Amino acid sequence: MSDSTGRGQDYESSLSGASTSLAEFEAHEKGLFGRFHNALHATPALVPLIVLMAAILIFGVTLGERFFSPGTLTLILQQVQIVGVLAAAQTLIILTAGIDLSVGAMAVFCSVIMGQFTFRYGIPAPVGIACGLAIGTGIGAVSGWLVSRVKLPPFIVTLGMWQIVLAANYLYSKNETIRSQDIRESAPLLGFMGMRFEVGGAVITLGVVTMILIVVVLAYVLRSTAWGRHVYAVGDDAEAAELAGVNRHGTIMSVYMTAGFICGLAGWVMIGRFGSVSPSASTGVVGNIQSITAVVIGGISLFGGRGSIWGAFFGALIVGTFELGLRMAGANAQWTYLLIGALIIGAVAVDQWIRKVTS
Amino acid sequence: MTEPMLKGRGLTKRYGKVTALDRCDFDLYPGEILAVIGDNGAGKSTLIKALSGAVIPDEGEILLDGKPVTFASPIEARGYGIETVYQTLAMSPALSIVDNMFMGREIRKKGMMGSLLRQLDKAEMERVAREKLNDLGLTTVQNINQAVETLSGGQRQGVAVARAAAFGSKVIILDEPTAALGVKESRKVLELIQDVRARGIPIVLISHNMPHVFELADRIHVHRLGKRLCVIDPKAHTMNDAVAYMTGAKEPEEVRAA
Ligand SMILES: Nc1ncnc2c1ncn2[C@@H]1O[C@H](COP(=O)(O)OP(=O)(O)OP(=O)(O)O)[C@@H](O)[C@H]1O
Ligand SMILES: [Mg+2]
Repeated sequence: MSDSTGRGQDYESSLSGASTSLAEFEAHEKGLFGRFHNALHATPALVPLIVLMAAILIFGVTLGERFFSPGTLTLILQQVQIVGVLAAAQTLIILTAGIDLSVGAMAVFCSVIMGQFTFRYGIPAPVGIACGLAIGTGIGAVSGWLVSRVKLPPFIVTLGMWQIVLAANYLYSKNETIRSQDIRESAPLLGFMGMRFEVGGAVITLGVVTMILIVVVLAYVLRSTAWGRHVYAVGDDAEAAELAGVNRHGTIMSVYMTAGFICGLAGWVMIGRFGSVSPSASTGVVGNIQSITAVVIGGISLFGGRGSIWGAFFGALIVGTFELGLRMAGANAQWTYLLIGALIIGAVAVDQWIRKVTS
Repeated sequence: MTEPMLKGRGLTKRYGKVTALDRCDFDLYPGEILAVIGDNGAGKSTLIKALSGAVIPDEGEILLDGKPVTFASPIEARGYGIETVYQTLAMSPALSIVDNMFMGREIRKKGMMGSLLRQLDKAEMERVAREKLNDLGLTTVQNINQAVETLSGGQRQGVAVARAAAFGSKVIILDEPTAALGVKESRKVLELIQDVRARGIPIVLISHNMPHVFELADRIHVHRLGKRLCVIDPKAHTMNDAVAYMTGAKEPEEVRAA
């Protein structure tokens, strides 16, 4: 054996003369273009931010003061508050390479729980709200368990959950609406999220503040805590994450439960926005698609593990800006859908391009 | 010799009709380098996965320091100080080198920011990660926050080995750690393995590279058809013997030497 070992080492003997500067992890800059590519790779929310700024600029220039005023710009925030909150929940799920078709239905159901518990059973409003949030979290836990333990595809689980929750919502509420007058008189806390402040023409509601707070908190948690790193790792490659020491099941459960809780908050925001509690609010049907649209335009990869919550927030604002801007410009509403459709496809194309590794 | 530090008895793992592990025994003694060799598909990776909690064996038992243990997940095995470089490397491509090195054992900031807000101490993790990579001679200039997917296959393997070497306190298991490495980088990993042994930590090394195996190993576990065929002493056997045993061309005379 010494024979072969000797030969084995022979070819390595020339190593002593080898250069000592070893493999270098230097990103090769390839001019402006390569640098741009790298920047997008590192900061995926950059594209939607640029699009948002461009949209505001274009509408600001063409519509002038009418659009570019504190009142109009904050109106956009108010109009996207529900979708913005739902998009935050959707972001968490999509980061784990899932998708949640039930977010809108959950928000409506949670708002109905909050309202009905308070009015039908005479429970104090704060407790009713807590029950709504708890039920949102609970539904999230069921979905999470089905995805993580039973290993059903998230698309199927949440497609089913969407129907189940929406039906339960109608059955339980008996299709009754709680009028805004009643809420104002006997349970103003339910409408708390609709409280507004005016600062020099800008109108901010607590719902808007809540949306921004959720985004800020999630941005911090996803970036700067171990849990956030685990969410990305599980979405990137669940098996690798598990081998590397991530509690995959715990991470997925906590993601779906947090998303459920955020949907509960969205339900509360809905009561503030609409004033009343209605089981047939359109959010139950279109909330999922709107939130997925915001997330996709926001540059979050549907394959999981890539993107930032800021992107989803900008995505929601882009949709809101287009809707309001085009309406003010007197354009047919179909133009909004057409443009948003193009943006969705464009965003995914950019995502594919970013995922192509700098080589 | 003393008692084995890590011992497997009758380990069995079936995947449907395939029996990847067939009543396999395994012994790792303190302070040694044990090489595991065998054909493709012999069940080497399955064996070390069973020993590191990544696969739960259908039958059989694992003893650590003579005490029976069961690992429900890699995290549990890691809790006992068993650190593994898997053949697939187990890295998240989109995350950075630092994120990957500290996956599942992140360092939090001291004080309120860490305990209350659970903020990660990125600076400290970067410092440690850079130090570990330098130990391995893997890098000079390094952007430690670079995504792993932007590294070459060999660099990735280097990072995975550095991760295991940095955190393994009881046993380090390496499943083909030099498969994608260049001559120079392989040499570094072999040196690292010897350093780790010098620290008194035993190593399980799976490799198809016979010169490396014969150079480093104290004992060689020959794996064939899902079980341990024999254990040979590299000083008493030639590479030809080893290859003959593992391919079934020759039967070992003294089963379980060493
Ligand atoms: N997850 C799995 N599902 C089904 N079969 C599997 C799985 N993992 C391993 N096997 C089978 O078990 C057997 C042993 O595989 P294993 O990966 O342990 O071999 P190995 O000795 O590590 O081979 P190599 O040298 O190619 O790495 C193979 O026949 C393989 O097909
Ligand atoms: Mg293998």
